Amino acid sequence: MSANLALILALIVPLVGTVVIALLGRWPNIREAATMITAISLFACVIRVLIGYTSGEAIGIEVVTLYEGLSISFNTEPLSILFAMIASGLWIVTSVYAVGYMRGAGEKNQTRFFTCFALSIFAAMGVAFSANLLTLFIFYEVLTLATFPLVTHKGDDKAKAGGRTYLGILMSTSILFLLPAIIWVYALTGTLDFAQGGILAGTIGPAASTVLLALFLFGVAKAAVMPVHSWLPAAMVAPTPVSALLHAVAVVKAGVFTLIKVVIYIFGTEFLIDVPLESIAVYIAGFTIVAASSIALMQTNIKRLLAYSTISQLSYIVMATMALAPFSEVGAAMHIAAHAFGKITLFFAAGAIYVAAKKTEVGQLNGIGRRMPITMAAFAIGALSMIGVPPTAGFVSKWFIIAGAYQLENYFVLAVMVVVTALNAAYFLPIIFNAFFKPEDQAPAKPHGEAPWTMVAALATTAALTLLFFLFNEPVLELEYSIVGGKS
Amino acid sequence: MIEQLLSHYNYWVVIILMMVGFYIVVAQGNLVKKVVGLNIFQTSVFIFYISVGKVEGGTAPILVEGVDVYSNPLPHVLILTAIVVGIATTALALALVIRIKEAYGSVEESELQIRDQQC
Amino acid sequence: MLAHLPILQVILPFLAAPICLILRKPKLAWLFALIVSAAALAVSGLLLQQVYAGGVISYELGGWAPPWGIEYRIDLLNAYVLLVVSSLATIVLLGAHTSVQKEIEAHKQTWFYSLYLLCFAGLLGIVATGDAFNVFVFLEISSLSTYALIALGRDRRALWAAYQYLIMGTIGATFILIGIGFLYMMTGTLNMNDLAMRIDAVESTTTVLAAFGFIVVGTSLKLALFPLHLWLPNAYTYAPSMVTAFIAATATKVAVYVLIRFLFTIFGESYSFGRHPLAEILIPLAIIGLLSASTVSISQPLIKRMLAYSSVAQIGYIVLGIGMGSALGLTASLLHVFNHAMMKGGLFLALAAVTYRMGGSEIGHMRGLARTMPLTFWAFVLGGLSLIGVPLTVGFVSKWYLILAAIELGWWPIVIVVLVGSLLAVLYVGRVVETGWFGEPEKPGRNEAPPSLLIPLWILIAANFYFGIDTRLTIGVAENAAAWLMGGGSGL
Repeated sequence: MSANLALILALIVPLVGTVVIALLGRWPNIREAATMITAISLFACVIRVLIGYTSGEAIGIEVVTLYEGLSISFNTEPLSILFAMIASGLWIVTSVYAVGYMRGAGEKNQTRFFTCFALSIFAAMGVAFSANLLTLFIFYEVLTLATFPLVTHKGDDKAKAGGRTYLGILMSTSILFLLPAIIWVYALTGTLDFAQGGILAGTIGPAASTVLLALFLFGVAKAAVMPVHSWLPAAMVAPTPVSALLHAVAVVKAGVFTLIKVVIYIFGTEFLIDVPLESIAVYIAGFTIVAASSIALMQTNIKRLLAYSTISQLSYIVMATMALAPFSEVGAAMHIAAHAFGKITLFFAAGAIYVAAKKTEVGQLNGIGRRMPITMAAFAIGALSMIGVPPTAGFVSKWFIIAGAYQLENYFVLAVMVVVTALNAAYFLPIIFNAFFKPEDQAPAKPHGEAPWTMVAALATTAALTLLFFLFNEPVLELEYSIVGGKS
Repeated sequence: MIEQLLSHYNYWVVIILMMVGFYIVVAQGNLVKKVVGLNIFQTSVFIFYISVGKVEGGTAPILVEGVDVYSNPLPHVLILTAIVVGIATTALALALVIRIKEAYGSVEESELQIRDQQC
Repeated sequence: MLAHLPILQVILPFLAAPICLILRKPKLAWLFALIVSAAALAVSGLLLQQVYAGGVISYELGGWAPPWGIEYRIDLLNAYVLLVVSSLATIVLLGAHTSVQKEIEAHKQTWFYSLYLLCFAGLLGIVATGDAFNVFVFLEISSLSTYALIALGRDRRALWAAYQYLIMGTIGATFILIGIGFLYMMTGTLNMNDLAMRIDAVESTTTVLAAFGFIVVGTSLKLALFPLHLWLPNAYTYAPSMVTAFIAATATKVAVYVLIRFLFTIFGESYSFGRHPLAEILIPLAIIGLLSASTVSISQPLIKRMLAYSSVAQIGYIVLGIGMGSALGLTASLLHVFNHAMMKGGLFLALAAVTYRMGGSEIGHMRGLARTMPLTFWAFVLGGLSLIGVPLTVGFVSKWYLILAAIELGWWPIVIVVLVGSLLAVLYVGRVVETGWFGEPEKPGRNEAPPSLLIPLWILIAANFYFGIDTRLTIGVAENAAAWLMGGGSGL
């Protein structure tokens, strides 16, 4: 199978999967099997694309030309492959987890759930492999729409309100900021194709560039830079598998992925260095990092705490990207992977606690480490990754981000990283400590152990990945070095 | 000045009729009277066209031996069409008024609004 | 026969209309009307092909050569609009029989088909003709039949809406007549081509200025430009659903065509925009109409009324494009003429289906629609996405061009207005979608609309997406037509 074919399949497989899963509603076990088969096939296709890319095969498809200079096209480059691999690989794990969660929590409308899940992954693949801004925008919007039924899954008033905030912020920002930014780029250059070194050089002045950059920064609300971040805590009304894969991995990574692609392949780092006000983006991201972590400190609901932690961690990526140092760009790419592994573990653990013990608040977790040791161990590993302590994945990416800051003598970035490490420790460490070392407040009504085995298996896997990433990250590193090395 | 006014008297008639008709349509609440106003409005336009078609010294546009100058027949044709359209419009409007009277019991605009709000 | 296509286009439905009355049974009348409509659609397709291949078609009625005789002149712009009108008429008619049975009394149903064909013929005539007075005649034919069609609605407010529309519409048409009269006075001709050539000589007279004013105001009333749109909400709301679907998709577009024809072909772009502050008048009105209508539609309890106000907003977009006076702006408007016909046609057909099953189309009737009428609901959602302008739909294509046109002129505030309009569309569409998705239906259980309503509905929705992706036809025609119109485009 050629790499080109694998790329086409990487898009078609989840789409076909969506239809098949929708049709298999009446046979739940076969339906879950369909999800697993789709996820595994997708991952296989993405691996084939990776192999093809690293061995130098030419990969690119143009599906249809819409109008002059604009087409729906796909190709690959290091970032795409990274994002696609993480999203498709973690989908396999999440599917296993989701089966356990949905059955364990007795959720309704499971077919709709799994169908929309597959559709969302399809959209994420579309975002990952897009060759130009128009294709990316199309799939970005499809992703918003496909995840809406998942966010409002419960169907009660809180879900409705959460859904409104979610859709409201995501759609308004994409219509008001992202769309004009894209059309502006087209008006300036006549094309929207991603190209090494950017396409805007020479077409736009520094003042206008700042406005354009701001439009992208706030238009891509999925990257959750303040103040367009409120959709993320609102989306926590969704069932936890949704929060885990989509709002720790697929949707938010699609956001930061878009920003990195725009910075590297539309603006070009060389071009941006010359834009004087570009550093404002760094300050905004830095502010988001500290502010979001401070708000996380005050949260009592586990998922909301994790949501704000996500907002903070996403801005590591944004800040590192905007810092424009080669090492920090690499760090940003690495953090896409590192944060994904760590955060998904944390959400999996939160979901397991909910299913097994019906607990949702931080204060209820005293002593739960003794009843659910594997879950809390995984939680601890995820938390350590957030803080950025070896031997976890978070340490690797943080290393590069700080190295990048040294490269350009950006003391603001350094300061932010120091402060946020302390903040992360402040809200994660007490949870771990209380879980393992404090006695339970009251014995639970029904004594419980771990969550269903599928969920435990999933969170153990992702926790292991978090640790393994620390040890075996050279391939990813090499891949991402090539972004700043010039190979495309 | 007076010369100017008097020689263009047809336009003055047209304008006055047009404005009278238009005013009636807008200001009158009675539906039938609105139709009357509309008719006056349309008639002013007919007069406009026809009066414009008159050529000084021309006779009726029927070919006759020894006559060179005829009035322009085209506006007459256009206006015949427009008159028929006007009649159809009036007929339709009055038919609607009858149906409105049956349904609402009144043909005053203000009454109609009150009855609609009551429902 | 191919040589007589231009007149066939209009004559077919025109003669078929009274025949519908002779056919006593509504079903027979419907079938007959459908066949005639389809024939008219075929004619439009052939005409478009002929124009593409051979350039402008000039057809003399009765063999009398223009400018003395009446000429039917088909160029790229006409052929395109003819296609839009006839395709919408045929598709809506597919579902008419089912919907009409519940909404119009039995003995009036043959009248419905007869009036429908008359209106259709009238609209086709306006577009096909090359004679200014002929435009007025066909305008009145289509308008009178529209008034009667609206009055067929069940609710007694339909009568009042029809009356109101009659008064306002007649004033508008009479204004156009006055304008034509002034033009005739100054140039001595009624043929559009001839007028275009002769107007140059008398450009600077006040008479021509008065003609310009009357014609612009008259057509603006017909196309429902703010603030002359007051007839539209009531007319669309209380008319039978199929009537609304048809006129919402076609009548205002034909009025836009008339405006474009007068502004660009007859008066010429340099006169309309160069001499007079037309842009300064049209654009603010378009913007106010766009924003105010979108805002008002958010709070409407009657969904038909909501879509009616949405139509006023969409007309605002079209006039915005015209007002820009650039080729790109005109392309955007022409694109939106086509796209809006498909969008609104589809949305109103969805409402027709809801009215058929649920007995009405208030927000309450839409509760839980996702479960009771899923096919209809999803069609509405997709049509709504097109209205908002989500990529892959035709709505996106129009918005893209409109924004591009605004950026080209450097008018950034206009860009913001267009985008805010999209956002407002998210709000009013979202309200209905939310109610349909989350609400509890009065009578749970699947009660899907019959296939006769679903088929035309999904044809239009599919067209929304097909033409949103394969834009060669729409953009190709729009760009060519716009370039031609801007370049003077007459006397070919």
